[in-house]
Amino acid sequence: MKGIIVAMPQTEATMKKQTSAAPDSAVSVRNVSKNYGTVEALKNLSLEFPRGQLTSLLGPSGCGKTTLLKIIAGLLQPTSGRIEVNGAEVEGPGPDRAFVFQDFALLPWASVIRNVAFGLELRGVAKSERESIAERYIRDVGLTGFEHSYPHELSGGMRQRVGLARALSVDAQVLLLDEPFSAVDEQTRRKFQEDLLSLVKHENKTFIFVTHSIEEAVYVSDQIAILLPRPSRVSEIIRPTGFRHKDVDSIRRDPEYLDIVDQIWASLRSYVE
Amino acid sequence: MQNRPLILKLLSAAIVFGAWEIAGRIPVSYAFPTFLETMEALVRMTLDGSIFQAYAETLKPLVLGVAISAFLGITLGLWIGLSSWFDWLFSPIFVVMQAAPLAALIPILVMAYGIGLTSKIFVVCIMAMPVIVLNTSSAVRNTPASMKEMAHSFLAKDRDVLLKIILPAASPIIFSGLRLGISAGFIGAILSELKITPTGVGDIITYSRSIADYPSMYAAIFSIILLAVVFLNLLEKLENYLFEGNNRGYASD
Ligand SMILES: Nc1ncnc2c1ncn2[C@@H]1O[C@H](COP(=O)(O)OP(=O)(O)O)[C@@H](O)[C@H]1O
Ligand SMILES: [Mg+2]
Repeated sequence: MKGIIVAMPQTEATMKKQTSAAPDSAVSVRNVSKNYGTVEALKNLSLEFPRGQLTSLLGPSGCGKTTLLKIIAGLLQPTSGRIEVNGAEVEGPGPDRAFVFQDFALLPWASVIRNVAFGLELRGVAKSERESIAERYIRDVGLTGFEHSYPHELSGGMRQRVGLARALSVDAQVLLLDEPFSAVDEQTRRKFQEDLLSLVKHENKTFIFVTHSIEEAVYVSDQIAILLPRPSRVSEIIRPTGFRHKDVDSIRRDPEYLDIVDQIWASLRSYVE
Repeated sequence: MQNRPLILKLLSAAIVFGAWEIAGRIPVSYAFPTFLETMEALVRMTLDGSIFQAYAETLKPLVLGVAISAFLGITLGLWIGLSSWFDWLFSPIFVVMQAAPLAALIPILVMAYGIGLTSKIFVVCIMAMPVIVLNTSSAVRNTPASMKEMAHSFLAKDRDVLLKIILPAASPIIFSGLRLGISAGFIGAILSELKITPTGVGDIITYSRSIADYPSMYAAIFSIILLAVVFLNLLEKLENYLFEGNNRGYASD
């Protein structure tokens, strides 16, 4: 553990030197197509995900966001093309990626702490060790005191915190989040978005974040990839830079924030009936 | 507050037994004894030990048949639920078994296996196994796909998916299949003693009816119902012990 953290800045520095122009990618999607029978969900899609940053996949529903995320996760095989994580080709799920599900996918018969530790349990980590790790992440997501509650006793927002803590506890470098906040109420959602910003800042991880909310994408992202359907493709890549360093409360009033929201709406509006 | 279910149970028992007593006193039929006469017969049979001798006979096909049905039924149900090939091969057998009129099968069984224990075990299994198999396989097939996907994304091996996702997710329906199957097994055990050879509790029923000792006949029937209820309650305890969280409801939304 410690060795990796110490070594990180060095490798990052050397990598930056090697690829001086292009930013260092944690995940590369190369010419990926995916057909479900006759339905072309993705067609020849390529995209780079810069290390340590949050990239949003934004687009109308049905344009293949979940499909792309599950291909990156290794849960689905692409029809053609390849995915690389840290330069190695993806052939299936791996310890370098962790998934946060839209419907939470918690085990209803397991307590919060067992759910959070489930990824470690599957990796064969001893019970006392995985529970102490789980306790730390339960605290980080603000669920202290609910360790022995069951999922049905929690609100939607709290359940998604359990899903997030589970993904964080396996310490993967890449976090894949599929519309994680779509099933929670608006207030909780805003709090989540703020928490996500501080996670990106403090955890040295790459986030791939699927959303259909323009405001949400602009608020949390370092890079936004706009996906359009029929045929599915990346139509635009936007990198909001001006307000990233700003205080979380003032982002929504920043002129650049508002401009980008308008600009995205202008390009998406024709796809919304 | 904690005792309320118990009080309710006692109350409903009192109402049922009270109604029985009244119906017996009217009497509804000369062949229908009162509750108290029946209990008297039960106590008599308990004291002279004849009821224990009867159960020593009846429990043999019952326990063996139920144990075989539970073990084979759950194993086959898992296989059928996991593999479409097994489904194709075995499902029709159990659907037919569930629908078949048992009374019509008994002569065939007697012809093939004689009038001994084997035939009786078969009757218990024919009654108990189909619902256990069919419940188990449909529960396995209906495991939420998102939970299996979650397990795969966190690097679960096939064995983990079976033991940590599919089995616990299916357990409520497997247990309800077991409950139904075991109740049917009790029916099967008594039926086999009435239709094949009168032994055990079936013998008490047949014999006391032939000599018009209706209290004894009803006492035997009452005792087997009591045994079934006690057994099903024990099974529920086992389920609660094994799958504590399932008890606390499903978080489906
Ligand atoms: N298992 C599947 N079988 C057939 N078609 C599918 C399947 N999953 C998704 N699709 C289709 O692929 C397209 C993209 O789906 P999806 O990736 O879920 O989109 P999004 O997440 O952007 O809403 C949709 O048109 C959808 O109907
Ligand atoms: Mg989706």
